[in-house]
Amino acid sequence: MPQDSLTKIDDHLVIAGQTLRSRLFMGTAGYPNQQVLLDALDASGAEIVTASIRRLNLAGDAETLIDLLGDRYRFLPNTAGCATVKDAILTAELGREALETDWVKLELIGDRETLYPDVEQLLQAAAALVAQKFVVLPYCNDDPVTCRKLADLGCAAVMPLGALIGSGGGIRNPATIELIAARSPVPVILDAGIGTASDAALAMELGCAGVLLNTAVAKALSPVRMAAAMRDAVAAGHGARHAGRIPKRDYAEPSSPQLGLIGA
Amino acid sequence: MGCWPDGLAEIKPTEPDTGNAGEGRPVIDTTHASSRPRVAIIGAGAIGLAIGWRLAEAGCAVELFERGAAGRGASWAAAGMLAAGVETEPGEQPLLALTRPSQALWPVFAQELAAASGLDVGYRDEGTLVVALTRDDAEQLRNLAQFQRGCGIELTWLDGAGAREREPYLTPRVVGAVFSPRDHQVDNRRLVTALIAAATAAGARLYEHTNASVDLAGGRAVGVRCGDRRVPADIVVLAAGAWSRSVDGLPADLALPVRPIKGQMLALRMDPTAPLIRHVVWAPKAYLVPRRDGRLLIGATVEERGFDGANTAGAIYGLLDGAWRAVPALEELAIDEMWAGFRPGSRDDAPILGPSGIDGLVLATGHHRNGILLTPITADGIRDYVLTGALPEVLQPFGLARFTRPRPVAAAAHA
Repeated sequence: MPQDSLTKIDDHLVIAGQTLRSRLFMGTAGYPNQQVLLDALDASGAEIVTASIRRLNLAGDAETLIDLLGDRYRFLPNTAGCATVKDAILTAELGREALETDWVKLELIGDRETLYPDVEQLLQAAAALVAQKFVVLPYCNDDPVTCRKLADLGCAAVMPLGALIGSGGGIRNPATIELIAARSPVPVILDAGIGTASDAALAMELGCAGVLLNTAVAKALSPVRMAAAMRDAVAAGHGARHAGRIPKRDYAEPSSPQLGLIGA
Repeated sequence: MGCWPDGLAEIKPTEPDTGNAGEGRPVIDTTHASSRPRVAIIGAGAIGLAIGWRLAEAGCAVELFERGAAGRGASWAAAGMLAAGVETEPGEQPLLALTRPSQALWPVFAQELAAASGLDVGYRDEGTLVVALTRDDAEQLRNLAQFQRGCGIELTWLDGAGAREREPYLTPRVVGAVFSPRDHQVDNRRLVTALIAAATAAGARLYEHTNASVDLAGGRAVGVRCGDRRVPADIVVLAAGAWSRSVDGLPADLALPVRPIKGQMLALRMDPTAPLIRHVVWAPKAYLVPRRDGRLLIGATVEERGFDGANTAGAIYGLLDGAWRAVPALEELAIDEMWAGFRPGSRDDAPILGPSGIDGLVLATGHHRNGILLTPITADGIRDYVLTGALPEVLQPFGLARFTRPRPVAAAAHA
């Protein structure tokens, strides 16, 4: 597929030794229907899609998400809805068995109203799953210390939240996200909070290695168009980050030369 | 017919009702009944029964085959909301071309069915209220209502006081609501009972607890098979709901994109002389449907669980919690029943109607959550297709072929 040289990304995201061709990770929940989901995923260009193991029909039936998506995308099973270490580990094991992948997006929800991560449980579960040879991608607070601890435990990436899940609130603490991205020894994937394309572009400009989103596309008026916009935004933000932005100034700086004007 | 299990109903054909049937739709000439196609229908839910009724009424010899008891699948589990308006979501606009005309057909359909069956189907036209309980809900509801208005759906915005004026038992915390005057309801259990009566009275034969497979010969459907018995037919209609894909005898490459989508529900019992609510009420996490007999239906989950029919603690808790937040007074009511059903979900949530690609095999399945709403238009449309060979224009966008067309953006993922 021909690519505009200005938006071409010639480096690739690598997680746990796997080279990925897209930096956009897509959730699969809340779409109007499966056809819209399929079309939106196509338009997003995503390679990795995530789905809640508890929401999936793992029985091998026809027309399930696994049946429809299994041979076209890499599945990243997640532990959405789990509130205890025990729950999360059992769910991760179930996902590994059913989907034949060691990868797991670890979610440990501490509060039903805010869906905030329970950091204490998260650190314990991450350690246990890493010990079981899982490739762990934890959904976590936008907290540099937690992110650092998760990386040190052996997580393959960290996924700090931009804003509350499903809120479309954007990136509430851009400075913190930039700090996390600058210091992280593993890729930082911004997870949760994306509302529109500029949020995704901002995440990449702040130095994130990728973006995971769901509701912003699934509940958009036109999910397919929004998915394409997100694909472009992630590419644009990543391109801008590596192109090197200009410093901000307090006063104007004319872009045309001021000497040698005609008639001077 | 000694091989038929007990419970098969064979009623001698009666004269079709000639009252107001056919008003406002193409007049079917019933004077040459012998030339009418012989039709076998697999599946006796609302869709199969209504098609059978319409075809029997038009003079066809109709035989209906049902794996369980007639009308006891998704048709029994449903809530009977005829909500073409408030259930429209972004991305599902194409379905309006079917749901709206079917909604408009409903009042006359209900009258005709009452006349043909002698049974009332509990049609109620108070309308539907969608309530917002928090500011977040209200923002979301305004956004959705704006979209739905843009689709031409008639809606009125009410403030909290206006909503409680219509439904005084709504929580005082309700911050706003949308009133949809055209989204009515029908008692789906009465509906299937009436359809069984009307279909058999019109001469259709109903075989319950009978597994039928499609009988294919020379690449066309020539009838159905029940065990070692063959029942010849000119047309076979597949209306087996969530089970459509697993009907035996279908060629492997047909691969209907239909799956079971589990819904759990429960019913509470109100005093029918003093019901808590009269409208259908959609709260953010559950809907409530009041019946004339005092039953208050609360639904429904949407789960990908195959044919697992269990009621689970979390689902029932969630439904009760969602309903209680909207109408706190319901905590005093007795629990009447809990159940689960399987919506026949197609890949785009729209039904699959008309030709199957196999001569003689007609599809009427995949109605998802809209089976009751779409019963009139499906029955009339499939009847006309069977009788004339021409699929009515309104059904044409909903054929199986739409799933086999290449998707224009498919290449992007592999770039």
